[in-house]
Amino acid sequence: MAESAVAQESLTPEPGSSLMRDAWRRLRKNHLAMVSLVFLLCLVLLALLTPWIAPYEYQEQNLLLGASPPSSDHWLGTDTLGRDQFTRILYGSRISLMVGFIATAVALLIGVLWGATAGYLGGRVDNAMMRFVDVLYGLPFAVFIILLTVIFGSSLLLLFLVIGAVEWLTMARIVRGQVLTVRRQEYIEAAVAMGLSSWRIIRRHVIPNAVGPIIVYTTLTIPSVILLESFLSFLGLGIQPPQSSWGSLISAGVENMELYPWLLIYPALTLSVTLFALNFLGDGLRDALDPRASKD
Amino acid sequence: MIKRYFFCVLSTLVVLGLAACSDDQKTPVELGNEQQILHMGNGDEPSDVDPHTTTGIPERNIQVALFEGLVGKDPETLDIVPAAAESWEVSEDGLTYRFQLRENARWSNGDPLTAEDFVWSWRRALLPALGNQYAYSLYSVRNAEAFNRGELDDFSEVGVSALGERELKVELTRPVPYFLELLDHHSMYPVHRATIEAHGREDQRGSRWSRPENFVGNGPFVLKRWVPNQVVVVARNPGYWDAESVHLNEIHFHPVQQPSTEERMYRAGQLHITNTLPEELIPRYRGQDHPALRSFPFYATYYYEFNTQKPPLDDVRVRQALAYSLNREQITDQLLQGGQTPAFHMTPPGAAGYEAEARVPYDPGRARALLAEAGYPGGQNFPSLTLLYNTMESHQRIAVVIQQMWKRELGIDINLRNQDWRVFLASKRSGEHDIARAGWVGDYYDPNTFLDLFVADGGNNDTGWSHARYDELIARAANADDEQQRLNYFQEAEAILMEEVPIIPIYFYYRNHLVAPSVQGWHSNAMDHYSYKGVRLEAQP
Amino acid sequence: MGRYLLKRLALAIPVLLAVVTITFFMVRLAPGGPFDMERNVPAEVTANLNAQYNLDAPLWRQYVDYLGDLARGDFGPSFRYASRSVNEMIGAGFPITLELGLYAILFALLVGMPAGILASLRPNSAQDYVPMSAAMIGICLPSFVLGPMLILVFGIWLGWLPVSGWGINPGDKVLPAITLGSTYAAYIARITRGGMLDILSQDFIRTARAKGLSTWRIVRVHALRGGVAPVVSFLGPALAGLLAGSFVVETIFQIPGLGRFYIQAAFNRDYTMILGTTVFLSALIILFNLLADVVLVWLNPQLRKNL
Repeated sequence: MAESAVAQESLTPEPGSSLMRDAWRRLRKNHLAMVSLVFLLCLVLLALLTPWIAPYEYQEQNLLLGASPPSSDHWLGTDTLGRDQFTRILYGSRISLMVGFIATAVALLIGVLWGATAGYLGGRVDNAMMRFVDVLYGLPFAVFIILLTVIFGSSLLLLFLVIGAVEWLTMARIVRGQVLTVRRQEYIEAAVAMGLSSWRIIRRHVIPNAVGPIIVYTTLTIPSVILLESFLSFLGLGIQPPQSSWGSLISAGVENMELYPWLLIYPALTLSVTLFALNFLGDGLRDALDPRASKD
Repeated sequence: MIKRYFFCVLSTLVVLGLAACSDDQKTPVELGNEQQILHMGNGDEPSDVDPHTTTGIPERNIQVALFEGLVGKDPETLDIVPAAAESWEVSEDGLTYRFQLRENARWSNGDPLTAEDFVWSWRRALLPALGNQYAYSLYSVRNAEAFNRGELDDFSEVGVSALGERELKVELTRPVPYFLELLDHHSMYPVHRATIEAHGREDQRGSRWSRPENFVGNGPFVLKRWVPNQVVVVARNPGYWDAESVHLNEIHFHPVQQPSTEERMYRAGQLHITNTLPEELIPRYRGQDHPALRSFPFYATYYYEFNTQKPPLDDVRVRQALAYSLNREQITDQLLQGGQTPAFHMTPPGAAGYEAEARVPYDPGRARALLAEAGYPGGQNFPSLTLLYNTMESHQRIAVVIQQMWKRELGIDINLRNQDWRVFLASKRSGEHDIARAGWVGDYYDPNTFLDLFVADGGNNDTGWSHARYDELIARAANADDEQQRLNYFQEAEAILMEEVPIIPIYFYYRNHLVAPSVQGWHSNAMDHYSYKGVRLEAQP
Repeated sequence: MGRYLLKRLALAIPVLLAVVTITFFMVRLAPGGPFDMERNVPAEVTANLNAQYNLDAPLWRQYVDYLGDLARGDFGPSFRYASRSVNEMIGAGFPITLELGLYAILFALLVGMPAGILASLRPNSAQDYVPMSAAMIGICLPSFVLGPMLILVFGIWLGWLPVSGWGINPGDKVLPAITLGSTYAAYIARITRGGMLDILSQDFIRTARAKGLSTWRIVRVHALRGGVAPVVSFLGPALAGLLAGSFVVETIFQIPGLGRFYIQAAFNRDYTMILGTTVFLSALIILFNLLADVVLVWLNPQLRKNL
């Protein structure tokens, strides 16, 4: 199919539902992506049902037991306070998935809009917008967070906003770079010539065509966000003990990895498997949404 | 192209690997044993080595090598021993001290150490413009406080004067039984006048006199090299009066912040002595009686303080309920497992022959009754309080365990909140906290350093608690002529403290660290006071 | 091009000024001062201490004075490391961090790009899944996990490499560079794969294939240029992030780099140090992003129209 034909296809004012249906049809054919999707849905379900299915209370201690390896009582062992690790991973998934998805969504929303707008409009606006990103990049992160926690206290909402506020910067830069490339392609010029509004062009043509790198970077952002959460709790922002998150379980696990390896292995494994699933799903989505991918 | 890439990667890794893997290479510790070079973990990067502008322990550990006060402490017994002064006399009333300096005491550049040097140094330590945060350790000297606060300009009215080259006279405001002990504090170390004046004003912080190329000191070692965040090297001072009992050629102080890094460096043969041991590894080392493990009680108390100005903590029954329901033995024996002892009173045992008789009981039944009496039977309607601590894994573990104890015994919910150290200090000062974690390390080896914390106008009393009789007892103890009487005052004061519980003592510290078997003559003590004289490295057979 | 560069460099000045201004007031608003300690000291002593560092002047005065010093290239004395100036600390720490960062990026590129290219050539095959899974593991293992693990295996169990230090013991640069680089290697692998897939699905590649060119030749001649563009736009921020983020690795391995100073300064409320390192790193970030943009233009001549 010639490039002009691709442009033709995406320029046709088709109802969005059919595009989505096409994408879904393509996604369904990708077994790995579907397995990942099912896995992630199960994980979310488990997180939602945690209070009813967890075998123990997440704060329940048994100091006499201390750190014990996996057993029939404690499937994934216990931590140094004798708390059931399986339960703590389950409860941690509530926090970590929430942070991962919401904060990434915030970063995605701001970053994509900002980067796409800057890249599309170009010139002075681009310059001003990207210099703003430079300023935010430059601020000392730790001081920024300390100040925020002092002003706003420590809440989950603030946690999402802070992480989103930090992560969108790189996203914006990547999207802008991609859009700059897409912008010069013929079909966009054609759309401009046809007199479509800028907003419409960005939304309907520029962003979908930059979707590949966006999805890839998003799947990379989620893990860094989940791990960033544990650094933020170090600064006093975010979850407070005895609550748990994957990030905090992993940091505690590192300290104990020689003596009690299960304290590192299981949380790290959980995080890794989740990321693999996210990643396969991301790749699947990318292929499904990519207008050029239909031929493969 | 791609093949070339892989080739690059592989060859780089192989070269780097080979360069590193020569097995016959000696570790720094092994080399150090041959050359008498001691490698020590030292916690944090020192802010400076100037004894009059620094406050931290990493700095102190280095200053002990570089300077020497009038007297020192025996690292084994903590007894006072002669140092720059070879002898001294105390007047009958305990107010006047006369020190005879050693004839052969010298600065590292060869200048003789004189009584006038001490007068000038103490004056500098007290100069208001210098902003010495530990100037208060000289306050027992007559008029020192007034001079430091800027109320007195004439230093000749301060109670320190030179009676000739080698005789120093010190006059105190009141008798201080632990005065000699204070002389070993770095604020009272002498500094070399000509060097300081050559590199800046006398009241200037951070002039370059304390750099290795300029440094002059009077201790057993001199500053040789200082790479920020990497190492501070001190080398043996051949002109030191007691040079023959110095066996080490160099000490390398490594600023290692993370205990886990330190422990790994020890195992890889990069450190002889670690500063600490990661808490989670202590039970393992203790369990196998590791030959390098040194464990010893440390003159410090871990406690929680209440903000007694805030309801419901203004009610003594609530405070008692919280204090009585803590199972301290469970914390020390099952959680910490590092040798710490449960604290049922404030002052750690041992110093000045003082053993507190007062006790905070462990009595959950009574705690519940007291809480009910205060209007919260079974924890009902108890307001949600916040326990504040500075960010650190060990504080968090204790807080989580105590939170559960209160929940179990009293049915109350406490929120935990961690803050970065300086935010934590600021919150505590401004009285925003309900309950806050605290720890106090004795400034000197005497119960007074713990008990005078809680007088009403005490600068470090963040509890808002005041008690007239308590203040009176501490004041009387300070002026007591008779030692037994002084300790009796302390006993009574501590009983009040444990009855009113503005604070809950939790445990008495215990230090655990690693000392390589090749290190001979190293003594650990309750003040964690280092001494490098007499230390020798012997390679293992 | 020259004009564009000049314009961008000129634009850096207001950016830096904004960073300095925001940071200056931010650090002073943050609770806790540089000289706070657990023990309270007499108010007079604190006042004198503040006077020594000009902290008793009104805030606007401090700000103006600071800008004046900054204009002369003087970052002032460190509050925490009394006998050192911020310039000196940056001068000591930056070369080390830069060296570490370069090794790490080198490692990341050498490992990440071939892996990404390899994967992109046969999507959804073993040749794709194996390197990409390895990359995912690299992302899942943040440096605070990977570093101690490498130390444990290569430093302690096998005893091949030193566990800490920088340029003191032979081979002590290997583990830190790998630790810092591996996350980036993983990112680069993923981004390269994505970029390559994009290019490889384009028509001119199909044409080239139809002409019977070998895969390697297509990759080298046609695809690489466009395919690595996303990597380049990632490299600018990555290198900057690497410099600022080397803190964790520098702490684990006891490396006296700028990353440690930068983070410690925030905890110590070492105002001048925070400002100095922030300004310095911001300038670097701007520079790297600028370089990334320039390389991007070089790789994709179409963009020149945009300048």
